[in-house]
Amino acid sequence: MITAEYIREELKAVKDPEIPTISIVDLGIVTGIDVLEGNDIHVTLTPTFAGCPALRMMEDMVKEHLGSYPALGVITVATSFETTWTTDLISEEGHAAIKKHGLAPPMRNCANITMEILEATKCPYCDSEDTKMKSPFGPTLCRSLHYCNNCKQAFEGFKPV
Amino acid sequence: MDSISALKELLYKIADDQLIIGHRNSEWNGLGPMLEEDIAFSSMAQDKMGQSEHIYNLLHQLGEADADTVAFTRNAPQFHCSQLVELPIGGYDFSIMRHFLFDSAEYIRFEGLKTSAYQPLAQVAKKFFGEIKYHTMHANTWLHQLGHGNEESNGKMQESLNYAWNYALGMFEPGPAEEVLIKENIFIGEAALREKWMAMVTPLLEKSNLVVPSPASWAPVYGGRIGEHTEYLQPLLKEMTEVYTIDPSADW
Repeated sequence: MITAEYIREELKAVKDPEIPTISIVDLGIVTGIDVLEGNDIHVTLTPTFAGCPALRMMEDMVKEHLGSYPALGVITVATSFETTWTTDLISEEGHAAIKKHGLAPPMRNCANITMEILEATKCPYCDSEDTKMKSPFGPTLCRSLHYCNNCKQAFEGFKPV
Repeated sequence: MDSISALKELLYKIADDQLIIGHRNSEWNGLGPMLEEDIAFSSMAQDKMGQSEHIYNLLHQLGEADADTVAFTRNAPQFHCSQLVELPIGGYDFSIMRHFLFDSAEYIRFEGLKTSAYQPLAQVAKKFFGEIKYHTMHANTWLHQLGHGNEESNGKMQESLNYAWNYALGMFEPGPAEEVLIKENIFIGEAALREKWMAMVTPLLEKSNLVVPSPASWAPVYGGRIGEHTEYLQPLLKEMTEVYTIDPSADW
């Protein structure tokens, strides 16, 4: 029998196109999996950032990936804001994957984000806390720019939201 | 006014403000005074445009045309943005000042809308609010920096404030939809919003050594919400829709 848990496990093969070390499951954007009659599957995703250009792509990737399983019926994917995505939805495995990509993982429980909190971002290379934030905006919507005074390395952080 | 029409009026002004300020922000792409600022304004442009698309999608669910059609096929008189957002980017001083005045208002608008009785709007407001916090953080940092920089930077920021102020007050143009929206707990209304905004921006301006124009000189620039715009909006729309109009049916 096909279960939602099984689908969730299989979706770990679908990676964030901008951070290919993290799966969309560990990123926390898979907010609903419905197994319907005839093993049709309906997956609900929640956007990370409203203007994230990868969202449409991730919808297609989910459809394509699950579409390759002969046991499954029709695959539908929808985006919903019902669950608000925050970086606290990223799993521990997700944090490790973000670090593996060379990004500082987002700090937990940052609903009230301030400059001071961002200034304290830990370097993903040497774990030093002696870092400086250069800008809260980086090359993608979810990243900020930092510099590590210890290993003299510029790095990017995954912004807590 | 029935509640669906009232809701549409609210959604149009929010989305149009975001789309137009988003386009203006994008004009700094490649021109920012330093690389980080170039990236900051481009990122904020992407946020604003993404947010406007989601609001246009809500309008689509209420029977309006789809997001692209609404964004790219209207002329200036059909837009409901405030005149503040359509003004040219000017110098960096003006862009930072407008960014501060506008995003403070967005911050308060979406903070309130998080508890809107209209659920689809409340849901997107929660999402947007997390993003807008980064925008106000950016604006407040630069406001403080330039206000305290030197005589020249402070003078330029003050001049920009004096110029932008009445346009900023124009963001809170009252409209016929408000009575229904307030009664149905969808939105707190522009007057209440303006009061909260004033309480937010005044101390930040003062801490940045800037003087809020004296109330005797206040003359809000209204009209944007009912399609009356400056000479700057139509040329902006022409540029923004240039690619779309070459082939409206193109698949992106």
